[in-house]
Amino acid sequence: MARPVSAVPKPAGTKRAETGAATEGRLAPGDAALLTMLHYMKLTRALEYRIERNLYRQGKIVGGVYVGRGQEAISVGAAMHIRRGGDESHDDIVSPSHRDMAVFLMQGFTPALVLAQYMGRRTGPTRGRDGNMHMGDLRHRLVAFISHLGDSIPVAAGTALTFRMHGTDQASFCFFGEGAASRGDWHEGINFAAVMKLPVIFICNNNQYAYSTPVSRQMAVRHLSERAPGYGIPGETADGNDVLEVYDAVGRAVARARRGEGPTLLEFVTFRMTGHSAHDDAGYVPKALFAEWERKDPIRRFEKDLLGRRLVDAAALRGMEARIEAELDEAVAWAEAQPYPEPRECLVGVYHE
Amino acid sequence: MKNPGLPRERLLAMHRFLRLTRMVEEKLSVLYRQGQILGGLYSSLGQEAISVGTACALEPTDLLAPMIRNIGSLLVRGVTPRDLFLQFLGRYDAPTHGKDGTLHFGNVPRRALIGPISHLGTLIPVMAGAALAARMRGQDRVALTYIGDGGSSTGDFHEGLNLAAVLKIPLILVVENNGYAYSTPTERQFRVESLAARGPAYGCASESVDGTDILTVHAATRRALERGRRGEGPTLLECRAFRMRGHAEHDDMRYVPPGLLEAWKDRDPIKRFEAFLAEEGHATPAAMAAVADELAAPLEEAAREAQESPYPPPEETLKGVYREPGYEEPWWPAP
Amino acid sequence: MALTTYVEAIRQGIWEEMEADERVFILGEDVGIYGGAFKVTEGMLERFGELRVIDTPISESAIVGAAIGAALMGMRPIAEMQFIDFISCAFDQITNFAAKNRYRWGAGVPIVIRGPSGGGVHGGPFHSQNPEMYFVHTPGLKVVAPATAHDAKGLIKAAIRDEDPVIYLEHKYLYRRIKEELPKEDYVVPIGRAATRREGRDLTILTYGAMLYPSLEAAETLSREQGIETEVIDLRSLLPLDKDALLTSARKTGKVLVVHEDTRTGGIAGEIAAIVNEEVFDYLDGPVLRVTAPDTPVPYSPPLEEFFLPNKDKILAAARRLAAY
Repeated sequence: MARPVSAVPKPAGTKRAETGAATEGRLAPGDAALLTMLHYMKLTRALEYRIERNLYRQGKIVGGVYVGRGQEAISVGAAMHIRRGGDESHDDIVSPSHRDMAVFLMQGFTPALVLAQYMGRRTGPTRGRDGNMHMGDLRHRLVAFISHLGDSIPVAAGTALTFRMHGTDQASFCFFGEGAASRGDWHEGINFAAVMKLPVIFICNNNQYAYSTPVSRQMAVRHLSERAPGYGIPGETADGNDVLEVYDAVGRAVARARRGEGPTLLEFVTFRMTGHSAHDDAGYVPKALFAEWERKDPIRRFEKDLLGRRLVDAAALRGMEARIEAELDEAVAWAEAQPYPEPRECLVGVYHE
Repeated sequence: MKNPGLPRERLLAMHRFLRLTRMVEEKLSVLYRQGQILGGLYSSLGQEAISVGTACALEPTDLLAPMIRNIGSLLVRGVTPRDLFLQFLGRYDAPTHGKDGTLHFGNVPRRALIGPISHLGTLIPVMAGAALAARMRGQDRVALTYIGDGGSSTGDFHEGLNLAAVLKIPLILVVENNGYAYSTPTERQFRVESLAARGPAYGCASESVDGTDILTVHAATRRALERGRRGEGPTLLECRAFRMRGHAEHDDMRYVPPGLLEAWKDRDPIKRFEAFLAEEGHATPAAMAAVADELAAPLEEAAREAQESPYPPPEETLKGVYREPGYEEPWWPAP
Repeated sequence: MALTTYVEAIRQGIWEEMEADERVFILGEDVGIYGGAFKVTEGMLERFGELRVIDTPISESAIVGAAIGAALMGMRPIAEMQFIDFISCAFDQITNFAAKNRYRWGAGVPIVIRGPSGGGVHGGPFHSQNPEMYFVHTPGLKVVAPATAHDAKGLIKAAIRDEDPVIYLEHKYLYRRIKEELPKEDYVVPIGRAATRREGRDLTILTYGAMLYPSLEAAETLSREQGIETEVIDLRSLLPLDKDALLTSARKTGKVLVVHEDTRTGGIAGEIAAIVNEEVFDYLDGPVLRVTAPDTPVPYSPPLEEFFLPNKDKILAAARRLAAY
């Protein structure tokens, strides 16, 4: 049975095409791009809701579940700038983390494929070998991360190194949380990218909690971007719940990278609206913080913006939601019907064969 | 050079340690060329003011962890030239019984000294933990250690300094920016002008000073100490100097542009300090030369004793992996 | 009868040591306000304060490094690795600093590095590892792996009181699945001593950690169905290994089967086989066999993980093969 194809076309506007006219110096996406971004934010939210609140609780997912609820604007706003659709000498490469579901979707992973991954099926991206967000596929230009957060930073730098070696203007996107930034590998990777002037866009999702550790116990500076001058690279902090701010900041960093000016450290401040994982009730987070950030929900904000511009109306939004739910129904059904791997497949793929 | 209010005897003591450091290292170099030293030899030529200046600023109970170019710090702490010669010659009476070379040794109870390992950066979290423990025990002790411009790129540098900053640990991290990490110049090591830029990056204090000016180094260390004792957390203290010899004795430094070495010769820390002492009337050139003469004979004697000192017996190899009699605490008595 | 779970036993052991000795403290991620990802340190922040229960940034190398520094200053730190899989981030500090310090300049490093190891919980490659052999291979370290609630408490105390660095491997599969009644008085399980869990004349199974249980089940089946009496020895300590215990049993039965969840190549079964071969060859009536995981990362999907993990049936098959010699 063929994999269902996503009903919405992959984000256009990235194949060396202009990403939209600049307005007063700030990058602004065109209408099509705005709708694409809205779609992916809503799809991500809905898919992760299904995973965390439905399937996990029904016992249909084994192992851990880590969602990026409330943080969708970061992945989506950033991923709009990832160059796709060409070949190895054209396309960018991306190293997402566990809260970046939208990146996977926008790089061409269907919800069905993601669900097959979570359910450990043979036809998922890792064929059942690894779980939850630990997926990748170089054909989709996705580098799979590992649980040892921070390890991906030097790896991302390495991918960018090849672009410099080949003399292209490709870029590497690296996503991580504020907690991962405390790791030694993070430091080594960023310093390396800085010295070598590598085209990496380092994107920090500062959702203010690393499991139970608040950001005030993770670092003694207020913003991670304050680390940037210590590496001699530009750094910026912006509102992670405003997808257009994200879009703008990442766009400028990408332009810088493609011009050969080296890496940028971007920090997007948001809030982790769930526990660390599905089993964590986040009792250590003051309830008032959840309430405060609920009011800043990135999807509602963006919808309000687009409604104001008359790019969509209420009916269009409901229609979008209905199509998404239908797509997800199909995806869940497909994934649940997928076979598990054969036990002996455990032995396959350790080495090149 | 400006005296930050140190009395004459203190200044003269610092001068003596500078001279001693250089002479010990010269003697080691001689021994190396005679093929007597086992393993590598790393010089601090041109950087002696950093070791001596920082170590002299500490109280004897403050914790100190030297790195490979900090023989001067050890001498200030009371490690003798004989101890050092024994170490480099791999003899039984050395502070490690011959188990490790160079200055890879310590003695916490008697010298508040923690010894390094070769993996750069590892001392930073270790010293953060040591100072943290001192605080837990109600002791007012600051920890000081060193790292090079190269070592600042390591993950442990980051994790250790961040931990110290977050927990406001009184750690002084002396960054010896001497221009080169082996053959790697600083332009290939990081992209900032001064590593002091990393202080604000971690939310801690930082300074950058002339590492060839011993009084500036001393004064900056005192400021960092006071900061630490006031509970304001770590200080990153960059001391700028130049590595006047190769990475190690075997390295001929061919990758260093010749003009650079010449330019730094004028900034020799001992030359500068002696000029200051003479100008300020603390000592005459003759008196200062006499210091070197005074130190010479005992130094030779120490070297000779070390060379005649026995090697460890082969069975020593198996000893001290775990706690056992003789290895319950640093065996080295450190008089 | 109050039964204590394996995880609660660890918690009790740490708690009691912290009450008794103010030098003991804990540092790690989420150990304080959260009480630990598996609740091993629950309640400790309230009781002992934030200077003795320290929530750190994500910095395994600094966690271990700081523990080393504090230990040199006379403290008794317990460094938690949230999942033992992350111990690799601190490999350098453990193997090059902690392990070699006493040997080089006589200054012991009495730290405990502990964390949940092992699979069977759908954890995937990075939440299911058994990293013991990297450390068994490093002189200067001690490595222990309790299999019972009793030993979990006794060994964590022994580890904390030990003067040398100890890697304490808890098995997450056992956390809440096993419980027993524990002695009320203070007790310690000595490091370096195995425990005989079942006596027998015909065959010896050497094992540790979660594999103790399928080994005992297999022994039960062998006895019931074939009258084969299996001696099951719980190693408890991998470094130092209780050579006396395993050699005594080998002499007694002449047939040795080693069972471990760790992967095959470089697992301790190979080391044990070499020791048995060297020291009691004349007593053997068959080769030393082993039941281990295959040489792959720990896979995630249930059928793959099931294939990967040793279990009672695999142990039975090997035991029968050996018994037939």
